[in-house]
Amino acid sequence: MKSLQLARPQRAVMWRLLLALVLGVLAAGSAVALLATSAWLITAASAQPPVLLLMVPIVAVRAFGVGRGVFRYVERLVGHDAAYRVLGETRARITGRLEKLAPLGSQRKGDLLARLVLDVDAVLDLWLRVLLPVAVAAVTAAATVGLLALLLPTAGAAVALAVLIACTVVPWLTARTAERAERNLAGARGDVAATTTESLLTAADVVAYNAIDSVLDDFSRRDAHLAAAERRSAWSAGLGSALLVLCVGGASVAALVLGSTANITGAVFAVLVLTPLALADVLGGIPAAAQLAIRVRASLDRAQELVDTPAPVTEPTSPLPLRAGRDLQVNLLRAGYDGADVLTGLSLDMPAGSRVVITGSSGSGKSTLASVLLRFLEPRGGEVLLDGVDLTRLEGDQVRSVVGLLTQESHVFDTSIRENLLLAKPGASDLQLWKALYRARLGVLVEKLPEGLDTLVGEHGARLSGGERQRLAFARLLLADRDVLVLDEPTEHLDEETGRALLADVFGAAADRTVVLLTHRPELVPPHVPRQLVCLT
Amino acid sequence: MKPLDPRLLKRARGARVFLAASVLIGVASGVLIIVQAVLLAHGIAGVVLRGSSVTAVAWGLAAVVAGRALLVWVQEVVAQRAAAAVKSTLRRQVLEHSLKLGPVWLSGERSSALTTLLTKGLDDLDPYFARYLPQLVLAATVPAGVIGWMATGDLIAAGTVLITLPLIPIFMALIGWVTQARSRQRQHALAVLAHHFADVVGGLTTLKLFGRAKSQESAVRRVTDQHRAASMGSLRLAFLSSFALELLASLSVALVAVGVGLRLVDGKLGLETALMVLILAPEAYLPLRQVGMQFHASADGVAASEEVFRVLETPLPARGERTDVPDLRVSPLYLYDVTVTYPGRDVPALRGFDLELRPGEVVALTGPSGAGKSTVLAALLGFVEPERGVVVAAGSAADEFDPVEWRRQFAWVPQRPGLRLGTVADNVRLGRRDASDDEVRLALITAGAGELPLDKTVGEQGQQLSGGQQRRVALARALITDAPVLLLDEPTAGLDADTEAAVITNLRSTGRTVLLVAHRPTLITTADRTVTVGTRELVNA
Repeated sequence: MKSLQLARPQRAVMWRLLLALVLGVLAAGSAVALLATSAWLITAASAQPPVLLLMVPIVAVRAFGVGRGVFRYVERLVGHDAAYRVLGETRARITGRLEKLAPLGSQRKGDLLARLVLDVDAVLDLWLRVLLPVAVAAVTAAATVGLLALLLPTAGAAVALAVLIACTVVPWLTARTAERAERNLAGARGDVAATTTESLLTAADVVAYNAIDSVLDDFSRRDAHLAAAERRSAWSAGLGSALLVLCVGGASVAALVLGSTANITGAVFAVLVLTPLALADVLGGIPAAAQLAIRVRASLDRAQELVDTPAPVTEPTSPLPLRAGRDLQVNLLRAGYDGADVLTGLSLDMPAGSRVVITGSSGSGKSTLASVLLRFLEPRGGEVLLDGVDLTRLEGDQVRSVVGLLTQESHVFDTSIRENLLLAKPGASDLQLWKALYRARLGVLVEKLPEGLDTLVGEHGARLSGGERQRLAFARLLLADRDVLVLDEPTEHLDEETGRALLADVFGAAADRTVVLLTHRPELVPPHVPRQLVCLT
Repeated sequence: MKPLDPRLLKRARGARVFLAASVLIGVASGVLIIVQAVLLAHGIAGVVLRGSSVTAVAWGLAAVVAGRALLVWVQEVVAQRAAAAVKSTLRRQVLEHSLKLGPVWLSGERSSALTTLLTKGLDDLDPYFARYLPQLVLAATVPAGVIGWMATGDLIAAGTVLITLPLIPIFMALIGWVTQARSRQRQHALAVLAHHFADVVGGLTTLKLFGRAKSQESAVRRVTDQHRAASMGSLRLAFLSSFALELLASLSVALVAVGVGLRLVDGKLGLETALMVLILAPEAYLPLRQVGMQFHASADGVAASEEVFRVLETPLPARGERTDVPDLRVSPLYLYDVTVTYPGRDVPALRGFDLELRPGEVVALTGPSGAGKSTVLAALLGFVEPERGVVVAAGSAADEFDPVEWRRQFAWVPQRPGLRLGTVADNVRLGRRDASDDEVRLALITAGAGELPLDKTVGEQGQQLSGGQQRRVALARALITDAPVLLLDEPTAGLDADTEAAVITNLRSTGRTVLLVAHRPTLITTADRTVTVGTRELVNA
């Protein structure tokens, strides 16, 4: 099972999971044993033997009554502890792997990562709601069958058949119908989701043009398709659960018929007939687990697929030392993602301290160039030289200790302004932080905040405006003190005026650093900046 | 959390039908459970005491089992269909209500939260309908029937169950009450963990840029371990409530069994009755236990429906009903001392703003970013109610009029136009649905987008068009209306100088009143008048 690759437990956790399984079997087994001993007790008692003879079953019945609850409680604790451990390990594993893949190259990586974060949570479901319960059910049912077979082999065989069907056909049928329903619904569901997203995103336009009714009509039409598809798929839902009821009931009936003519005592006969009833409870969770398993597998497979993406860059086995010069030279660079080359034979000269503005429409390779310069992407042809040394002969971290990047959506961590800055330069003094903030023209604003540097910026920096967020990212970049600044569409999400002001401040604060600005809005660059203008096509 | 939200029944007819069907199925299930117990007890007792044949009993049992299986299947089918109907009803209601609440209410994170709610969120109602509600109904019907029937055979056993059964919800509530805070703590710890992971994953590129990514694997491991240790402490308490449930249920069954056994020895009870009681006793507790187990499956669905009702119960802004909106082709429009504060903000977006807009003139709004230029347009469109001040046309305040009629006077090009899936022509026709192809083409040419084919697809969020093209399509959409006033928010951003000049000339030639937000000098100079919107004080949240 490929999906287990990510969610596999560490060796130490294996034992905890096994313990949870044993406890689970004891809990479920107690329930079966409770009914079995009760049946024996009652049937034996009806012959009115001396009460003393019944003491053992009476104690057993009470013990099983208590055992079920206690074992179940401990099982849940041990199981949850183990599952959380596996989840933590999986998250750590994925982080380690993604570190090599970042920035993942793709356009829609934000979506991919957001989905990955949710998908990884399926690890909990996998262990707590699928694997453990199914294993507990299977082991307990097998043990029950064994017990019944000891009492009467034919009855044991009949119950074994029922259990076998419940453990194979029932989950298969449930999973298959659920999968088919999912397939049939996917199209209509996507359609409704797209229409909903669109209607809400364009709400202002829709309201301004009094088009609510026509938008709703359109929505209702698509929604009706989805509802109809859901109604159709309803017929196959519940087949698995129904079959399970048939299995358990059938086992009881079979035991009744087979046991009635067998040469056994009345008490044993009662045990044979009534014990299968307890299996309803034991096996009852299987359909739900099977249904969940599909979703869990899809989630984990998606995560696995993302993690399996080949790393975009191979680090050199024996990297060259970093030289002191900061001249950058791009010679006949060819680079791109997947099948297509975006850059074909680009040559550029960027001496230390120069200003280069590179324009071009979206898709012309601006971001690809940035990725190559930061060693996030391997060139397919040509070379990039840093003081004469080919970038591919340097480690990524070496390159990035010289070249810094500001993108259109710099990630701001959900912590304080101080922590966000410090990650660029651990151990920096407050004075250094303030200096960077003032040079990024954010100092006055931060000083006005009651908490100052300790102000929390919120998720993705939501408490800051777009321009303020970019300035914070720029302050961080200044603090890191890189000699080459690559700016990839830093003004993309800003209005014209804010963008203009940001660029003026960026060029003002860059001092003797090299600045490579990639933008499709070169008109926002302050006119007095002497620069080399390159247009990608 | 209420087990069953009456609002769900009120809003969605499908839910009422479903509940009725579930009660029927629940009663039938209860009857079959009792019949099964009676048949089994009869069959076993017959064999043990008299050695009689079980053929008839076996057939009867087979029929009962088939009937129970059928009910299980029907219940699922009914549940799925009901869920489909209810979700459909709620989706449409929520979408309609939120559109009526307007773009300001919808702005920011709320829009994406609503999208999630309407797509994935409402699907959480599936398990709520398929598993939780039916169990709730079973929990209300089956135990009553079972205890009643047990009472006909053995009053003491029935009494035992009757006494212990209510203890379960009481204990659960008591323990739940005690553990609630801890449970919240645990949820919080888990959420913090997930959030930390998401933040790290989202920011890996940034961390890598600063050479800090490699330490993250161990950081995630360390943070996870800390939080796990903390949340296990709360789990020990949180699971107590289900522990009480399970323990009480199985212990009660054991008590009943032992009690019945002892009365058998004393000869106060027949074997058949005793067996019947034994088989029925667990069935009395089962639905209650199942409800407890399905609690999780239902929680998300209940949360989703509560979110739905929060939206639906948000009152619509009060607006007038007058339809005799003055014709702005002849009536001037005034803004007096208009102050606008967006909901949830402390600081006004627009402060004490005055404006006179005479028919046929072109007025440019200028001012620094964040001064409230776009807010002026939003106030005119009635997207936001002025906190102070008034919008007046022909002596009447704007809020006396039906907003739909009022908005017919305006055509609007927002800063980021919302284009809908479909073709360029479809999007232009949002302005006037019955416009002919020629009219659409003319509007596009006037807007400087003559090169765009009418049948070009626009793509999701206008992706197939460049930013400038999107604006020009939106401008064409505004031009094709009969609205006397055009509200244009930076309409020529992203256009080259030549196209911009042509568009402005075209705009003037339409003779309509134009209020435009402008940054560019060329755009400002073409206006008859320039109005500066006040400066914003930098205040942060």
